[in-house]
Amino acid sequence: MKIIVCIKQVPDTANVKLDPETHTLKREGVESIINPFDLFALEAGLRLREQAGGELHVLSMGPPQAAQVIKDAIGFGVDEGLLLSDRAFAGSDTWATTAALAAGVKAMGGADLIICGKQAVDGDTAQVGPGLAMRLGIPHVAFVKGFREIADSSLVVERQMDEGFDVVKLHLPGLITVVREVGEPRPPSLKGKMRAKKYEVPLKGADELGLDQAEVGLAGSFTQVVEVFPPPSAGEHEMLEGAPEVAGAAVIDRLVQAQVIMLGS
Amino acid sequence: MALIIDKGLCTGCGSCVDECPFEALELHDDTAQVNDKCTLCGACVDVCPEEAITLEEVERKEDDRAASHRGVWVFAEQRGGVMPEVVAELMGQGRRLADDLGVGLSAVLLGAGVEGLASELMALGADAVYLADHASLELFNDDVYCQVIAQAVKEHKPEVLLAGATSIGRSLIPRVATAAATGLTADCTGLAIDKERRLLLQTRPAFGGNIMATIICPAARPQMATVRPRVMKKGPYEPGRQAELVRLAMPAGLASSTQVLEVVEDLAEKINLTGAEVIVCGGRGLGGPEGFDLVRKLADALGGVVGATRGAVDSGWIGHAHQVGQTGRTVAPKLYVALGVSGAVQHLVGMQSSDHILAVNTDPNAPIFKVATYGIVGDLYEVVPAMLSRLEALRG
Repeated sequence: MKIIVCIKQVPDTANVKLDPETHTLKREGVESIINPFDLFALEAGLRLREQAGGELHVLSMGPPQAAQVIKDAIGFGVDEGLLLSDRAFAGSDTWATTAALAAGVKAMGGADLIICGKQAVDGDTAQVGPGLAMRLGIPHVAFVKGFREIADSSLVVERQMDEGFDVVKLHLPGLITVVREVGEPRPPSLKGKMRAKKYEVPLKGADELGLDQAEVGLAGSFTQVVEVFPPPSAGEHEMLEGAPEVAGAAVIDRLVQAQVIMLGS
Repeated sequence: MALIIDKGLCTGCGSCVDECPFEALELHDDTAQVNDKCTLCGACVDVCPEEAITLEEVERKEDDRAASHRGVWVFAEQRGGVMPEVVAELMGQGRRLADDLGVGLSAVLLGAGVEGLASELMALGADAVYLADHASLELFNDDVYCQVIAQAVKEHKPEVLLAGATSIGRSLIPRVATAAATGLTADCTGLAIDKERRLLLQTRPAFGGNIMATIICPAARPQMATVRPRVMKKGPYEPGRQAELVRLAMPAGLASSTQVLEVVEDLAEKINLTGAEVIVCGGRGLGGPEGFDLVRKLADALGGVVGATRGAVDSGWIGHAHQVGQTGRTVAPKLYVALGVSGAVQHLVGMQSSDHILAVNTDPNAPIFKVATYGIVGDLYEVVPAMLSRLEALRG
């Protein structure tokens, strides 16, 4: 089985702190990391390769420094990587992103299975996985939390739903997006780290992928950001003072008064 | 396509550097310079006092769909013949958008033996219900559902299509948008109409909820958006309201590359966090798993459910199904009680649109207090019993 895992370099939002005074981001020292959900995608890929054999590749798109996440993936034991990088890709929405990724998948010779994390923590759209599957004309199952059967031509997976899960058979070639439950990511191996150090990340731009400049980046996007602004701050705000008994009783009174708590029912 | 900074006009004041949400601008030799992190969002263009920054206009492909597409559609998700609350919320918001555009509101309903839900959708304000009722649509299946909706969109040409940001919506709708070759904005918290240009103004949190972005889809149609549950207000419910029922033809040669073999209702995962009116959430400040006994007690007294922070879940004090926040569920109940929750950004993103937030924490500087309607600095093991006894006293 040939597997391609799609990964993204994101700012480490887990270490982003809000300035308590201004409510703005404190940006100093925010590092770039592999999107945390993509680590589960990599882990799923590594486990599937162990069970089914075959090759495991990674694909990413981003500025030249995103080559680091490809190297990180090599450290985990991935066979090969490809970075799609071009100034023309800047400002891509999910439609333009899937155009580039689909071209990247083809440039890598296609795959039996593509694995993505459920979403990236910077954009949080969860759109690229299903969108990429449609672009490639293959089926997808999103939010996969476990595997039941692994065969050459199909997978049986568990798909997380709002109230429980579905068991779904996916005919290959296909795409899945995975959630945390697929398994805790392993640490990079020593051998992998050694290889990552020397690994030269292959890089392809729009021309090499056969993409027209009008199909990618902001020009190739359907959506457009027209405004960015800070989130609205909390409206009413009251700190209740006094001893715990006093404050505890007082807050119940406030909530009853505001009809947030109904005494009747 | 690029961001252009006129070095002759730039005074190096740094306003753009402060404004940029992506750290894409830097000052070098008293002149602003753009780096690779730029997403071309344009925030700096508006803020520059010297008008030294411009976004180079891009040539986009011609798209005349704006002229031919009319009407607002809501995807009426159902599972086992039950529609989640978000459908009623979308119908309420869809009605307001349709009125602003001067067009009809329609619902698109897929399933097997679900025709009865059509009258429900009419009562919720649908002027037309597009129904695909077929055995192959009994269980949710991205592949088949996508083919049916994409064909309906092609045939009936709506200008707006809304869906819930549920497990089903977040999987299916990106596929539909790609099949229909149009734009999609995920997890919107605000939707409005620019009447002059007939554009849907789609507002959503970005960058882990640290900034809000308003997004448009200028030329492609339909303008598609998913909406978080419990964000939009429901509209009026008029039982017996009549509307048109349009039966959708099933696409020819319909075949699916995915099959649902089994539907498992997992009780452990069935804590309906997204639908709850009251959530009492415990964090690491509880000190241990037994702390959730008190959390549960308060939740029961308030008719609510138990939530948890990632810290509490990762400590193994309670199951992941309870987790609220960026990696758990996004919730917006009427009342959110945060006990021993410090309020990491990732948690705040998942609960800050709750109507009322009550926070109890020993640390007066905990970020949770910044979003709280009511805050109590104190030991939750003293405050919560006081709340419980006051409730009991009031209820008699």
